[in-house]
Amino acid sequence: MEQALLKINHLHKTYGDQVILKDFNLEVNKGEVVVIIGPSGCGKSTLLRCINALEDIQGGEVLLDNEPVRKENKNISKMRQKIGMVFQSYDLFPHKTILENILLAPLKVQKRNRAEAEKEALELLTKVGLADRRDDYPRQLSGGQKQRVAIVRALCMHPEILLLDEITAALDPEMVREVLEVVLSLARAGSTMLIVTHEMAFAKAIADRILFLDNGEIVEESNQPKDFFKQPVTDRAKAFLKTFDYE
Amino acid sequence: MDWDTMISYLPLYKDALLLTLKTGWQGVLLAFMIGVLCAVITHLKVPVLRQITGIYIELFRNTPLLVQLFFLYFALPKIGIRISAQLCGSLGLGLLGGAYMTETFRSGLENIAPIQSASAQSLGMNGLQTFRYVILPQAVSSSVPGLLANVIFLLKETSVFSTISLMDLMFTAKDLIGMYAKTIECLTLLVIFYLIMLLPVSILGSIIERRLRHAEFGN
Amino acid sequence: MPNLGIDVLFKGTNFLRLLEGLWVAVRISLISVAISIALGLVMGMLMTSKNKILKMILRLYLEIVRIMPQMVLLFVVYFGTTRVFGWNLSAEYSAIIVFSFWGVAEMGDLVRGALISIPKIQYESAQALGMTQPMTYLYVILPQAVRRLIPLSINLITRMIKTTSLVMMIGIVEVLKVAQQIIEANRRTSPNAVFGVFAVVFLLYFLICWPISKLAGYLEKRWA
Repeated sequence: MEQALLKINHLHKTYGDQVILKDFNLEVNKGEVVVIIGPSGCGKSTLLRCINALEDIQGGEVLLDNEPVRKENKNISKMRQKIGMVFQSYDLFPHKTILENILLAPLKVQKRNRAEAEKEALELLTKVGLADRRDDYPRQLSGGQKQRVAIVRALCMHPEILLLDEITAALDPEMVREVLEVVLSLARAGSTMLIVTHEMAFAKAIADRILFLDNGEIVEESNQPKDFFKQPVTDRAKAFLKTFDYE
Repeated sequence: MDWDTMISYLPLYKDALLLTLKTGWQGVLLAFMIGVLCAVITHLKVPVLRQITGIYIELFRNTPLLVQLFFLYFALPKIGIRISAQLCGSLGLGLLGGAYMTETFRSGLENIAPIQSASAQSLGMNGLQTFRYVILPQAVSSSVPGLLANVIFLLKETSVFSTISLMDLMFTAKDLIGMYAKTIECLTLLVIFYLIMLLPVSILGSIIERRLRHAEFGN
Repeated sequence: MPNLGIDVLFKGTNFLRLLEGLWVAVRISLISVAISIALGLVMGMLMTSKNKILKMILRLYLEIVRIMPQMVLLFVVYFGTTRVFGWNLSAEYSAIIVFSFWGVAEMGDLVRGALISIPKIQYESAQALGMTQPMTYLYVILPQAVRRLIPLSINLITRMIKTTSLVMMIGIVEVLKVAQQIIEANRRTSPNAVFGVFAVVFLLYFLICWPISKLAGYLEKRWA
């Protein structure tokens, strides 16, 4: 039996009186693409932030390679380097060029050799079709281009798992595709990913496993995404999927 | 208008301008340093120091420079602290300016979206690295317009130095009026010299501000 | 503990005189603020007009006010204009003229800032609903602009009060001048009075300005 790469045990998260995640459990294997869907406020974005220890948690644990990811731990920086994260938007550093954005953490945090890191960054930029924009500033790029850069920035740290938090939610429809193509190619190359999205067609295409979250718990889970979208089992999932249809 | 008199006054005004500039810039520099220090203390919520900073800011923002200077120059000697008029001027200006600069930097720091530090952290940066490479550079550049407005404000406030017998522009003008009663000439020169001192800063300010607006940061 | 000379304030009517001096300062600022707000509203609207020449003139006026120290303006008006035009202007009127000249420009710029900060879509959607221009301003734009303006204009009041300390330089007997007089009168009996009295003046200014700026800060946060 393969050991899970990411393990979340009994995670409990509250904001004051409000319970966001209750006794949440999840395992993600290496090379697996898990997609999380659910209504807004269901706790899916908070879940990703908890995995990266960007949020305080009230109970439970997050393990990566059997090592805990905790805000208070000394090795938190090391652990976060293993977890790549891309946010909804506005997370590129506006005062740095595209290349500087990508290189900042490899050079300052991982203390890598500049020539080597730069070579890798350019290769990755070429893959997403943005090598010629290396010296531009984020404001000169479109939303879709910025998100592709954000993905490259996360990849350049060689993460073991990638967390994508509604990365196309703030984009114009015509830009959604160029970003999702990049994510699809990563999936084909065997990256481990945990994806929160509202793009149902994309979820269907990319997911090895799909989780439907509501009120801070997993309501339905399926290893057959196509079946899930065709015939969800639970009423809540049915109701949710129905909101995407116009009849 | 008596042109010959005006020309004969020029060297006196020039000396006064130099003294004003020297004291003024020393004060601005001090204000800048105090401002950065206090803003960082407030932003990082350093215990105790943060409360002291808060009291300092409220005290100096809510009292006139003139009163602050009178206190430094006339009152402190009574408890054994004696400082020269020039030092008093720089110090007073620095303390007043520091309170304003702190507010400017602080709002610069606060205006940075929380997602910026979240994404720096998710790349594995620690608190210090996040602050140094991501937060601070953005805060400083977004504070530039406010900073320049403060500089103009502070250099303007130097006119108050005359009241503690510092021979600045204002003092020179008052002195000459008192001695020779050439009121119009003295006041005209006074206005001209303040323009010489502040117009370049003001023009520089609007150029930089326009630049910044064009090169607007943010996604 | 050395005698810091605060006791001289309790001799005779000294403290009362100090408060009277403070009132002179506050009175000058309140009158100037009232004038500044009234004319500043007009100036702000004019600054958003499309007339290039008008805009340039107003801009120039604002820049002059920004650059010239208030003390210089006080001297120019009180000593300069009386000499040039030969009129008789009391020190207090001069102060009000200078502070209003300064305040109208600052207020105008605040009003301009508040007006242009209202998104264009607000004007357009009001017009799309069939409102005329005056209606648009009255019901849609001004109510939004005023919320932004009130905290900033309250701040202007504290700036004015602080700046009134300068009017002693043109011979107005306000709080600082009274303080000097008290210190002078008690020089022999209480040489340390300079410490105590200036400390009290410092505190008085603080006690007036601090609550006002707190209020401004509170409103700014609440209406943000």
